[in-house]
Parts: sequence; structure tokens; C-alpha cells
Amino acid sequence: MQFDQILQYVLSGLSTGAIYALIGIGFSIIYNATGIINFAQGEFVMLGGLLTLTCLDLLKLPIWAAIPCAVAVSTLAGLLFERLAIRPLRQPTPINLVIITIGGSILIRGLAMLIWGKDTHAIPSFSGDDPIAIGGATMLPQHLWIFAITVVIIVINKFYFYHTISGKAMRACAYNRRAAGLVGIDVRRMVLFSFMISSAMGAVAGIIVAPLTMTAYDVGVMLGLKGFCAAIIGGMSSGMATVVGGLLLGVLESLGAGLISSGYKDAIAFIILLLILFIRPQGLFGKADSERV
Amino acid sequence: MKRELLKFLAFSVFVLLLPLLFEGGYLMNVLVFVGINTMLAIALNLLLGYAGQISLGHAGFFGLGAYLSGVLTATYGWNPWQAMPVAAIVVGCMAYLIGFPVLKLKGHYLAMATLGLGIIIYIVFNETIDLTGGPSGLSGIPNLEAGGVVFDSDVKNYYLIWGITLAVILFAINLANSRVGRALRAVHDSEVAAQVVGVNARLLKVQIFALSAVISSLAGSLYAHTMTFISPASFGFNFSVELLTMVVIGGLGSVYGSFLGAALLTLLPEFLRAAQDYDIIIYGGLLVVMVMFMPGGLVRGVPDLFRRIFKSRGGAGHA
Repeated sequence: MQFDQILQYVLSGLSTGAIYALIGIGFSIIYNATGIINFAQGEFVMLGGLLTLTCLDLLKLPIWAAIPCAVAVSTLAGLLFERLAIRPLRQPTPINLVIITIGGSILIRGLAMLIWGKDTHAIPSFSGDDPIAIGGATMLPQHLWIFAITVVIIVINKFYFYHTISGKAMRACAYNRRAAGLVGIDVRRMVLFSFMISSAMGAVAGIIVAPLTMTAYDVGVMLGLKGFCAAIIGGMSSGMATVVGGLLLGVLESLGAGLISSGYKDAIAFIILLLILFIRPQGLFGKADSERV
Repeated sequence: MKRELLKFLAFSVFVLLLPLLFEGGYLMNVLVFVGINTMLAIALNLLLGYAGQISLGHAGFFGLGAYLSGVLTATYGWNPWQAMPVAAIVVGCMAYLIGFPVLKLKGHYLAMATLGLGIIIYIVFNETIDLTGGPSGLSGIPNLEAGGVVFDSDVKNYYLIWGITLAVILFAINLANSRVGRALRAVHDSEVAAQVVGVNARLLKVQIFALSAVISSLAGSLYAHTMTFISPASFGFNFSVELLTMVVIGGLGSVYGSFLGAALLTLLPEFLRAAQDYDIIIYGGLLVVMVMFMPGGLVRGVPDLFRRIFKSRGGAGHA
């Protein structure tokens, strides 16, 4: 009995953890390319879910067509955000960047509230709601979709960063922007790419989680912060460390909610965030050489 | 310094005479909140504008002040005048202790850590239902009382709150012009350079963080005693962002700018009643526009704008 329950918590924790991981990788990609923590990251997660809803309900698209549409529009939103808010900034000090990304996130959230209203919306599961029994625990088909899509995205990500010219160029920017510029890489374009990729990833995360948790104009805040927490545990890496960070956070949160108190569920993530920032700012798996300044 | 004093006196006279214009209408109530928000904006500005350290968790300190004062008086029957300083001291000590690990962080990481801190405090308000009443709030907080006068009307509260706000303004101006203020600005510009000339940057940052928390806590206690009812919704992340907006709009590192920002953001929703739901868009838009086009805030941006307009006219004449 007790074991089955824990298995259940772990399974559902892993699936939310996968979502945190995707959002966290989005944070890391932008951070590594630009040194910016994009506080608006969560809003793209929200946009993904709500745009899918619009594609399904208003445009009557089938789900397999609605998802790419929603991702494309969210990516466009990410592009516009970079071009209109980040690039024109005259004094890009860290504090100004924090303020402008927060302002942007509020603006996007407000516009979403205008378009979709304050209600919570449901999105149908990708393939039915028949539970699947695993040991003494059960899973929904949507959980499997989350795992599968997360794995696919991570593989594509890996391929892009290590096997394509533009991915390698972006990694060069992460190591040293100046040197990357000197060898002929268009750094500004890489910055734009990083915003597009991470808004697309955020949107995917928002779409695959929406059938389980419902979606609304304000879901982006918490999801974004949890994603950041995953990235911090992973030491702001855009690879496996952040994935592990996300899964770890998801499981801890789920176990904490189940075994300790569901009211403090959200506090768990932030306590972990603070502890990591205080004790191991380089992340759980990182070497101590990278100072988080 | 003399000019500063004259400016302050003129401002005080303006504040004290303002109620005569309204004869105690509904606006008086709003002006009480302008006072409370001015205190909060100054508290955050000391940290952000002078020392250059961001905090996205100041609503938490504001809430702690309100709840400590509220619980001590409403549940345990303390005198509000005793509860307020006790709350301020407790919050100050907490901020001082947590300040050491938090302020070791910089920039984006400091923002995230303070944000996390604020959210944890907010969750605690919601979950410790036995103590705080949880999401449904805490009621029955007594009004302040002095020499037989109970501060229970908007006009009385106006003079009480603004009396204290003026004291906070005077204190902040003095602090900014003192050795400490100069040290803070040095830390803002370059921590290393400040250390080199003998400023203990680490300690100073923690001290200003604690001071900022104490002022916020005081504002929170006053809020609790004027409202007589508090609920966690007033102390969430959104309010931290609203405070940040006030400071940025008014002008970083300007005490009167904080007043301008607080006044604008408190009065704006009242004049935009019809646009109630859109206030979130207005905040977001204001933040983006200000950082992009007026990074110095209204206090510096507006005079700059005038100068530029007149200059460009002059330039056009020559050409």
C-alpha cells in the first residue's frame, strides 16, 4: 500500500518534472547565449496552451495541426519580444533587464487575459483518458506523451547544439560572445535564435501539460519559476543536468505534497531554490569555478 | 543641504494642506494609501536606487509587519504601539540574518532569491490558518490611539500616516546625503572600488537590506491598523512588482521620485475605474516604456524631455 502510493507520487512527479525540465532548458539557452534571465519565460508556456485551445476551438484544427500552429505563433511572440523589448534597450544593465523582462511578462499576461478571459480552460488529452496500470500505480496516456515528447525535444536539442553550424555558433556565443563575434558569428542573430528556441520549447511544455492541469492566462508565473528552479539545480546547463534538476524537483514536490502537506507544495521548490543559490550556486552537479554573477 | 531642507518644508506644507482641498471625501482614503505606498517605495528605493540591489520580495516584509502587528493586537490583545516596534525589530532581525546569504548573490540571481523569499512568506500567510486566518484573512485589528484620539477616520489616518511618512522621507534624505549614502552609491557603481576605499560593502548591503525591511514592516503595521482587516492577497508577488514599478517610474535613487511613483500608481487605478481589469496591462506597459525610454524615471526624464524639446527648437532655428 505504502509502496504503491510512493510509486504513484514518483510517477506523477516525474511527469511534472519533465515539464519543469523543458522550461528550465529554455531559461538556460537564453542565459547562456546572452547572460539574461528571462522572467517572461513562463508566459510562453501559457501562450502555448492557450493558443492550442484557440486553434482547436476557433479554427477547428485537428490536434496534430493545432500544436505546430500554437508553437509557431509562440515562437513568433518570442521573436517579437526580443526585437521590441530586449534589443532596443539602451542601458542593458542586469537590473534593467530584470525589470524589462518582468514588465514584458506582465504585458503578455495582460494581453492574454484580454484575449482569453480569466477563466480556466481545458484541453482534451492527445489520446484518451484510459488509465494505464503500472505496478500498483496508474498513469494516464498523457503522462506517456509528456515523457515521449520531452525525450524527443531533448534529442533534437542535443543534435542542434552539437551537429549543426548554427547550434555550434550559439555554443560559441555561450563560451565567449566577443570571441564568437571575432570569428564572424552574428551574435545578435544568435541572441534572437535563443529567444525563439526557448519560447518554442516553453510553448511545447505548456501544450503537453495543459490536458492534465488545465490552462489559464496566469499559469505561466508558477511554471516559469519552477522551470527556473530546475535550471538552477542543473547549474544553468542546457543539457542533462537541467533535465535531472527538473525531474528531481518534480519528484520532491510531489512527494512533499503527498507525504507532508499539499499547501506547502509550492514552497518546496522555492526552499530548494534558495538552498541551492546559497550553498551551491554552481548547481548540484557543477564545478565550483563558475560564479553566478 | 539648505535647498534640500526648503524642498522638504515645501513638500510638508503641500501634504498638510492637501486635505483642505477635498474636505474629507473618498479621495482621502486613497491618499492614506499613497502615504503607505510612499514609505514602501522609499524603503525599496534605498535598496535598489542607492545600493543597486534588487528585491522582488518586499511585499513579504510589508506583509510580515502587517501580520505580526495584526496577530499580536487582534489575537493577543497587545497595545498597537507596542506591537509595531516589536514587529519592526523581528522583521529587521530576520532580514539581517537572511541578508548575508541573499546579498552575496548579484543581479538576476538576487532577483530570483528575493522573489523566492517573498513567495515562501506569502505561502506561510496562506497556510498557517490557526494564526493568520489563512486566505480568508485576519479581522478585528484595532485602530491606533493616542491621547484619547482614536485614528478611525480617513482624515485622522491621513495626518497620522503622512506624519510618519514625512519622517521617513526626512530620514531617507538625510541618509542619502550622509557618509552612508555616499558609501551606498559607491557600492552601486563598483563593489570592488568601494571595498578598496574602505567600505565594508558586504555588511553595508545587509544593513541597508535590514533597514529597508524595517521601514516596510512599519508601513505594514500601519496598513493593518488603518485597514483593521488584512488578507494574504495584498502581500503577494504582484505587489512586489507594483512596488518595483513605483520605484522605477518615479526614479531610482530619488526620494521624491518614490513619492511620485507611489502617488501615480495608487491614484491611477482610481481614475481608471472603468479599466479595472486592464491595470495589469498598464503596469506592464509602464515598466517596459519607462525602462526603454526614461531609465532615470519621471524625476529625471520629464525635465530632460523639456530640455530636449527646447534645445531641438533652438537647434532648428540655427539650421
